Amino acid sequence: MSEGEQEAAALVASEPAKEKEFRKAKVYMLTASTLSGLNLYDHLSRVLGKILDERPDNVVDIFEDISKDAKRTKFTSDVDTIQDKVDRSTEVALAQVQRKLFTKQGEDGEDEVPQEEEVETPLPNLMELCFFFEQAGVGLNREEVIRVWLAMKSLVDNHPLQHVRFWGKIFGTEQNYYVAEVEYREGDEEEDEDEEEEEKAEEETVDKDPDEEAEAEEVEEDDTPKPDFKPPALVPKEENRTGPNKKTYFVCNDPGKPWVKLPLVQPNQITASRQIKKYFTGRLDAAVVSYPPFPGNEANYLRAQIARISAGTHISPLGFYQFDEEEEEEEEGEARDHFVENIDFEGIPLRDLTDPSLSNWVHHVLHILPQGRCTWWNPVQKAEEDFEEDEEEEEREEPDEPEPEVGPPLLTPLAEDEEVGGMAAWTPTLSSTLIPQYAIAVMHSNLWPGAHAFAVDKKFENVYIGYGHKYKPENYTPPNPPPIQEEFPSGPEITEADDPTPEEEAALRAAQQEAAEAEEMEEPEGDDDEDD
Amino acid sequence: MESESLHLNCDYVASSGHILSCEQKAALQTSLIILQNENKFYRVYFWGKILGVKDNYFIAQGVYKDEFAGRKTFYSKDCIHWGLLPHATQEMKTKSKLAKGRFTGDPAYEFEHVETKKIGEGEEATEEEETTIIKEEDRLSSVVAEIDEDVRIVPRGAFIQVPTAEVVKNRSFEGLSVQEAAKLCNYMHFREAKRLDLKTLLQRANMDKAIDFMDSIEDDIPRGAWTLQFERGSGLLVLRSLSWPGYVFYHVPATQKYGSIYFGTGEKNMDLPFML
Repeated sequence: MSEGEQEAAALVASEPAKEKEFRKAKVYMLTASTLSGLNLYDHLSRVLGKILDERPDNVVDIFEDISKDAKRTKFTSDVDTIQDKVDRSTEVALAQVQRKLFTKQGEDGEDEVPQEEEVETPLPNLMELCFFFEQAGVGLNREEVIRVWLAMKSLVDNHPLQHVRFWGKIFGTEQNYYVAEVEYREGDEEEDEDEEEEEKAEEETVDKDPDEEAEAEEVEEDDTPKPDFKPPALVPKEENRTGPNKKTYFVCNDPGKPWVKLPLVQPNQITASRQIKKYFTGRLDAAVVSYPPFPGNEANYLRAQIARISAGTHISPLGFYQFDEEEEEEEEGEARDHFVENIDFEGIPLRDLTDPSLSNWVHHVLHILPQGRCTWWNPVQKAEEDFEEDEEEEEREEPDEPEPEVGPPLLTPLAEDEEVGGMAAWTPTLSSTLIPQYAIAVMHSNLWPGAHAFAVDKKFENVYIGYGHKYKPENYTPPNPPPIQEEFPSGPEITEADDPTPEEEAALRAAQQEAAEAEEMEEPEGDDDEDD
Repeated sequence: MESESLHLNCDYVASSGHILSCEQKAALQTSLIILQNENKFYRVYFWGKILGVKDNYFIAQGVYKDEFAGRKTFYSKDCIHWGLLPHATQEMKTKSKLAKGRFTGDPAYEFEHVETKKIGEGEEATEEEETTIIKEEDRLSSVVAEIDEDVRIVPRGAFIQVPTAEVVKNRSFEGLSVQEAAKLCNYMHFREAKRLDLKTLLQRANMDKAIDFMDSIEDDIPRGAWTLQFERGSGLLVLRSLSWPGYVFYHVPATQKYGSIYFGTGEKNMDLPFML
C-alpha cells in the first residue's frame, strides 16, 4: 500500500495536473478495506462487468442490489485463521498457573485430611489479618490475599516450616514481589543447610577463580607489578538464625509462580544498600547498577532492604514478648536475641496503644549496627591473626582498639526511635473514630513509608507494602567518589632533564677517561693502604 | 476515579496497596453525592488521599460539563465534611515548593522557610533573613494542582474536544485493546497541551484534532518515569508514576473502565534520576 502510494507520488510529480488527479483517485479506490479485504476499484469493475454481461432493464434502480449480490457471491472463507489459533495470551497463561493453587492436593484419591488435622499448621489466618488491615486502610485486594494465602499454603506443604508470615509486597518497575517470612523447624534444617553449603562452595570457587588465573599469569610474566594494597577485611556474615539472617525469606512475582528463596544477607550488602537508592525491577537476577557499586544482584539488594525494613519496622505491643528468664543469666554480656511469647499477656487498652508517646510498642527485631551486623564484630582480632602469619609486619603499631558499635537492645520501646526530619517515627491512629469501641490500634511508620502494624486484644501483625525505600527529608545525594590519589613525590630520579649535547658528552667522556687514568695511577698507593 | 462507582473502582487499585476502609467507603458514598448535589456538579471524582503525619486529607474534585475548565477541589479529613480548596495560583505554587517535609494534617499549620539574602557588596554585605510563610491549605492546593498537571492521565480517545473547544467525555470510547494498552503513546496528560508545538508538521498532520489535543506521556522526561504493568495476566493495566510515587492509573483493556488515584505523602520524588 505504502509502496503504491510512493509510486503514485513519484508519477504524480512528473505528470500534468489532470493525470495527477486521476492517479490519486485510482490509488484511493484501490485501497483495500481493513475489514473485508476488498477494494472499491475491483468491486466496481466486477459489478460493471456483470451489468454489461447481463444487460438488465432499468439498471440504475437495481444497481445497489447488483452490488450487494456481487459482494455476497464472492467466495470468502468462514474459517478465521487467527481466531482459531490457541489463545496463549498472558491472561490465560496466568490463569493456568493459578489454577493449581485452587486444586486440592488429595484429589488424586488418597485422603490426607486426617493427617492434616493432627499437625498444627504454621499457616497464619491471613484473611483475618487482611480484615484488620483493611479497617486501617492498608493492605491488598481480598482476592489477591486469597491467592497469596494459597501460595503460602503450598510453601508450607513443600518445606518443613515452623513459622510463616506474609511479610509484604514490594513494587518493582516491571514486576512486583510478594515476600513470605519463614522459620524452619529445628532439626529439619539439614536440607536448608545443604543448600547453603553448596552456596558456600560456589562462592569459594568464584573467589578462587580469579586467584588461580592470576597465578597462571604470574608464571608467564613474573615481573608484573602487584599492588601492595590489601582491602580491609570483609565483615563476616552472621550465621543462619542469628542477626539479620534470623529468618528466611521467600519471594515470588505472582502468587502461584514458584517461590524463590533469597540468599543470606552479607553485612557489606547492608552497608552498601544504605548508600544507594534504586527501584527494584522485579527480576531477581537483574544487576544493580549503582554508585557505590552494590556487591550482588537484585536478589541480594532485595534481601538487604528486607533486613533493614524488618529491623526498623517490626513492632509488637509491650509485653507480648518477653525474654526467656532461664537464658537471661547465661548471656549477660552479650545482647540478648531470644525472646518467648508471654503467655500471661492480656492485651493493652487501645488508648494506651495509640498514645503519641509510643511507649507501649516495642521493636522485636534487633537493630542493625552501622557495620551491617546485629552483634558487633571486632575487625582488629582478624588483623592480629594476620600479623602472626607474616612476621615482617609484626613491628607495626597495633591499631587502637576500635570503639564497639552499640545499638538499642531488643524490645526497646518505639519512644526511643529517632525523629525523622522533625516528625515522630511513627503515627498512631485509631481505625475508626465513629465507633471507637470496636476500633483497632494502627501504627504507620514515617521512616519506612508503607510499613504498618495493627494491634487489637492479643493480636498484632506487621506488614510492608511499598517500594522498599527509606524516607529521607533531604534529597538523595550519592556519596562522593574517593579522593584522588596523591602524586608520586617528585625527586631527582624521576625529574626530567635535558638530553646532553654532543659537546657535553665528549667532555664527560674525556673526564671519565682522565679519572680512569688517575685511578690507575693511584691504585698501587691504595693497595699499600690496605696492607697497612 | 469517578465517585459513582467508587466501591468497584477501588478494587482495581487495591493491588498497589491503595485501599479504603469500609467505613471510609461508606462515608464517601454518602458525602460525595451530597457534594455533587449541592454544587450542581456534572461529575465528581474521588481524587485520592494525602498522608499527613498526624492526619490524612481526602481530596475530591467536581467538574462541570467541560472537564478542563472550572474544576473545583475539595478536601476533607473525615470523608464527610468537605472544604473548598483555594485555587492554586502561580505564586502559591512557587511558594509551596519551598516548604519541606510532610504534611502535618492541620490545614491551618504554617510552614516557615528562611532564606538568607546578602545585601550590599564586598565587605559591607549584610545578611538578612527573609521568612516566607506557607499555609498548609495553600500547599495542599498547589500540590494537588501540580499532581494534576504532572501526572494525571487518561487513555487516548477517552475525551474529545468538541468544536466549541469544550473537552467532554467520549461516549463512543471503547477502551484500548491489549496491544494498544501496552504502549505509553496511548495515554495522554489530562491538561492543556504544552508540547504539541514541538511535534513536526508531518507528525501533526496525522493527528486527529478531536482526540490528539493533549500531550502523550511517551515523551515524558526522564524516560522510565512510568511503570506499566499488566495484572491478572492482561486483564488489568496499571500505570504507576515514579515521579509522584503513589499515583496509580488503571484501565481494563477493551472496556470503558479507567481512572486514577493518588495515595501518597504529597512529595515529588526528586531522586528519580538516581533510582532508575
